[in-house]
Amino acid sequence: MTPDATFLDSTELVLNMGPQHPSTHGVLRVILKLDGEKVLGTDCVLGYLHRGVEKIAENRTWAQFNPYVDRMDYVAAISNGLGYCLAVEKLLNLEVPGRAQAVRVILTELNRIGSHLLWLGTHALDIGAITPVFYCFREREATLNIFEKYCGARLTTHAFRVGGLQYETYEGFEKEVNEFCDMFLPKVDEYEELLTGNRIWIGRLKDVGILTGEECKEYGVTGPVLRAAGVKWDLRKAQPYSGYEKYEFDIPTCQNGDTYDRYMVRMQEMRQSVRIIRQAVASIPEGPIMGKAPKVIKPPVGEAYVSIEAPKGELGYYVVSDGSTQPYRVRVRPPSFINLQALDRMIAGGLVADVVAIIGTLDIVLGEVDR
Amino acid sequence: MSLLKKVFLVDLFQGLWVTFRNQHPKHLVTEQYPAERPMVAERYRGAPRLNINPENGETLCIACNLCALACPETLIVVTSERNEQTKRKELTTFTYDTSRCMFCGLCEDACPVDALELTQDFELASYTREGQIWDRQMLEEGPRPTPYKC
Repeated sequence: MTPDATFLDSTELVLNMGPQHPSTHGVLRVILKLDGEKVLGTDCVLGYLHRGVEKIAENRTWAQFNPYVDRMDYVAAISNGLGYCLAVEKLLNLEVPGRAQAVRVILTELNRIGSHLLWLGTHALDIGAITPVFYCFREREATLNIFEKYCGARLTTHAFRVGGLQYETYEGFEKEVNEFCDMFLPKVDEYEELLTGNRIWIGRLKDVGILTGEECKEYGVTGPVLRAAGVKWDLRKAQPYSGYEKYEFDIPTCQNGDTYDRYMVRMQEMRQSVRIIRQAVASIPEGPIMGKAPKVIKPPVGEAYVSIEAPKGELGYYVVSDGSTQPYRVRVRPPSFINLQALDRMIAGGLVADVVAIIGTLDIVLGEVDR
Repeated sequence: MSLLKKVFLVDLFQGLWVTFRNQHPKHLVTEQYPAERPMVAERYRGAPRLNINPENGETLCIACNLCALACPETLIVVTSERNEQTKRKELTTFTYDTSRCMFCGLCEDACPVDALELTQDFELASYTREGQIWDRQMLEEGPRPTPYKC
């Protein structure tokens, strides 16, 4: 006969993870409800890095707000800048010269590689592999050096302006980018040699944090997380912007939608980015770098929404103009914020150690989540 | 994974071989920062500088106030007075609050005479908040960081 209840009955344990936990990639606080080592549910507390970027926009001119968007997803500042510039250009009905478009594509793809490298390094570090982070940062440094030479800043670049580019490419730009591409592809193989077949890596990532394609669509999750679940959706192909329709590349997808698949998708994406960069460098047209942008940007009354494929997913800018020199409203659709809401579904039933792996695989940047 | 591969830890040694290959001294990439200052790029956006005419030491600034208007953080304050003889505006003070500056380069772009420029100096630390607010003299002379001694 078994007793009705024992003194070993488990009670729910509430545990705070963060906001200063190194594996939350910033100041994310996750309230874990635990049954022993098993996670019953999670609650995210956001806002530790809230700076009110959307409100700041309303008190700046259109050109002045441009440097602030770099500070949302600071790992991929160039993608943010591109999204904002495209949105304002759509509002102004402005044509961007071909040369500016090609340079924009090159820099954005380099930034995608840099962002994925930072993700790979820190994610591997969370899982317990120390070595990849050194190699990843070594190669990321090469992309940052190109940004520094091009526009004078490494992280928060402010590389693009509404209407085109502020800076002409420097001497030897094409050569340096090509050299980076040649150097980089063997390095990706090297990372894969370290991780792909490693039994600890597989053991920690396989079948962890599964999110099916249907669930992804329900949550509005985009980017590599969606593609790892087998949904072939990439805004660069679906609604090309900035001349992406001219370049040939594949959309890497996987089937299972677990953490390991998301790793594989991002590794493939880096290779595809190199492919795009090579084509873009080979075909930079001559010509002006700045379109017919007015000195004082004063868009007509109206609104525009532009979304681009940022390294983390769909990054959208919704801008409203009341005809003055300042935006009436700027709304950002950040990929990290929307991907983060799938965290609870992905963790449910997992272990505490998986929480770290899943936060890592979502590739969130808290600057963008909180804005 | 086949049993033999599993027993002999092939996957782990494969990873260790990558680490071993990278041990060669030619792969050293660490910068010895305070001992050796890095060469930053020509276009680097660092400490602001108010350029002077090297021949007579007069400022190039025409006190047009465009940089102050372009600045997103409104951290530049330009004051000027009209010279009665030449009927031209002359710069009196120029303050630049580097503690709030994000080095976006919009002031530099706005300057019509290339007087205001972001330079390659990147060591801007000071002991006080007031030390971060640069006046005209500081902007013309540039920061003078203490050199590091081993």
